[in-house]
Amino acid sequence: MTEMTYLRAISDGLRTEMRDDARVLLMGEDIGVYGGAFKVTDGFIDEFGADRVMDTPLAESGIVGTAVGAAVVGLRPVCEMQFADFVSCGFDQIINVAGKMLYRQGLPVNVTIRLPSGGGFSGGPFHSQNPEAWFMHSPGLKVVAPSTPEDAKGLIIASIRDPNPVIYMEHKNLYRHVKGEVPEGSYETPFRARVAREGSDLVVITYGAMVHTALEATHDLDGASIMVLDLRSLVPLDEAAILAAVRECSKVVVVDEANRTCAAGAQVAALIAERGFEDLDGPVVRVASPDVPIPFSPPLEAAVLPSADRVREACRQLLEY
Amino acid sequence: MRKATMATSSTDVPIGPRTPAQESPPAHLTPDDRVGLLRAMLLMRAIEQRAMNLYRQGKVPGSFYDGFGQEAVSVGATWAMAAADRLCVLHRDLGAHLVRGVEPARILAQYMGREAGITSGRDGNVHFGDYRTGCVGMVSMLPDMMLVAAGMAMAFKLRGEARCALTWFGDGSTSRGDFHEAMNWAGVQNLPVIFILENNQFAYSTPIDQQFAVNPVQRAAGYGFPGVSVDGNDVEAVFEATRAARERAITGGGPTLIEAVTMRMHGHGAHDDMKYVPKALVEEWRTKDPIDRQRARVAQLGIDVDVLHDEVRAEVEQAAKVALAGPMPDPATATDRLFHPRDADEILLEDGQAPWSGFQP
Repeated sequence: MTEMTYLRAISDGLRTEMRDDARVLLMGEDIGVYGGAFKVTDGFIDEFGADRVMDTPLAESGIVGTAVGAAVVGLRPVCEMQFADFVSCGFDQIINVAGKMLYRQGLPVNVTIRLPSGGGFSGGPFHSQNPEAWFMHSPGLKVVAPSTPEDAKGLIIASIRDPNPVIYMEHKNLYRHVKGEVPEGSYETPFRARVAREGSDLVVITYGAMVHTALEATHDLDGASIMVLDLRSLVPLDEAAILAAVRECSKVVVVDEANRTCAAGAQVAALIAERGFEDLDGPVVRVASPDVPIPFSPPLEAAVLPSADRVREACRQLLEY
Repeated sequence: MRKATMATSSTDVPIGPRTPAQESPPAHLTPDDRVGLLRAMLLMRAIEQRAMNLYRQGKVPGSFYDGFGQEAVSVGATWAMAAADRLCVLHRDLGAHLVRGVEPARILAQYMGREAGITSGRDGNVHFGDYRTGCVGMVSMLPDMMLVAAGMAMAFKLRGEARCALTWFGDGSTSRGDFHEAMNWAGVQNLPVIFILENNQFAYSTPIDQQFAVNPVQRAAGYGFPGVSVDGNDVEAVFEATRAARERAITGGGPTLIEAVTMRMHGHGAHDDMKYVPKALVEEWRTKDPIDRQRARVAQLGIDVDVLHDEVRAEVEQAAKVALAGPMPDPATATDRLFHPRDADEILLEDGQAPWSGFQP
């Protein structure tokens, strides 16, 4: 085990898989010579060369579309969107070409698309979004969102090996703020939920950066025993783990950093309403960003993004229900 | 060579038949190739005519889209492609699938949404590609497949393989951003890809003078590679332009944009009466029918074309019988095959048929 940041763990996973599999290549804007806007691929070009760490034209549709073409003739492209927000420019190729190819034609598309997502650093409306729900709603795509360095490495390796298109959500606010022990060598993290902290009075269900917000909010909550369930994978959604947590705790707070309407947490809440109703001792409570663009100015952004205080208050109220 | 008599292309493409006696024999086509080209075009037309009848009988759901009058574009281009080359096929290019080896019965089953269709009923009409023949089917967002073809070519180049990718797209789709992204990407990376602009004068009801101010074939120079126009109703000319482009591609010369100038002789789909197209224009293009032109050439070789045509008709009739006898898909399978299992065999595009004599040992 080696301690490293979330960002270095992603790099470590990419490097490990590139060493193991010559079919893997990275494609993106400024990822080669510059090493990526966030330096995830810093130094990669020296080890793997410009062909496998490809600086592409500034063309997100082009990145995804050519990756699909390369995948169906045997390469395993990993595409970097410089910011998750820019994936809107490549949306059509993901939804209509990559997502539907297997269902229509029996031809799997092994591409991984990395989306540096999330706010908290005055990125403003075009560098702070959490667009995972766009892809959850579109059939044929898997969506994963690691919260720890160990899972960041294991999930990038598992995403590359998965024969289907995988949207890999990596939260920018975790890049350098979160450190953890990461196993050496190659390993895969399964596309299933993980209990980040055991508990029995209430469960907070969340993923990505909000796992840390939830842990901070509930580590000492008037002595209550609070479980935190880290979903890790949004498609497939680990329904069994969610329903088991509801049975165990009977009270549920669902947290999204994303805009509230139709967010991943809305799907979790709907699942519990349909299949966990008998186990509930109170309403499912949601904490999410309101349905506005993520504002730039620090006090405005802080007013929008879910904070530990908001999560704590939501839990406290539900515990008193 | 005669000049174009129409103002429907901004380029000087010779359109209209010369008599076979006036032509010199093609340099890269044997008599068997020339018959094969005709046969593939006859087969495409016969299948689509049969399918149109099935549509009128209510056996083809949705609408039906055909390539009547454009058979030379897909047949001629595909004839130049090697087994290991890869193709992304557009909806008026049924001939590509036939040349690559997709059986007519499966195509008719596809149109009728039956289990034996290439997509097993998951998609309709010519929205299919049989990966076993090296073909990827189109999506309706055009020209998305230009980027997919560029990506295939990128992989070939990265691996140092002498292979080529080809795709077709229409005049309307040159207005979209993916046209630019693909042209630019292919130019920047000097990729072994052939882009065939199938200029059939109309995007649904919109004529080309409302689509672009400069003919897209002239834009190729702006991306750093050649653009050439060919008579899209001359199957041997389309073959030759594609053969030359492929030769360029696999020897490191980079991409080529080929504009195949043709005419959409039917409506956008079977539901479209195309009243917006001047009758005189259709009549003029009727005299340039690609099959009539190739028939005359093949007849000149001493082949009994009527016998050939009868064979093709009988083949399609038999295919229709097989397709009609096949079941509809089981509704219980509607949610199957969304994800490929990790432990299943890897599936990639496979080699298709490549009947051109130039590829035979």
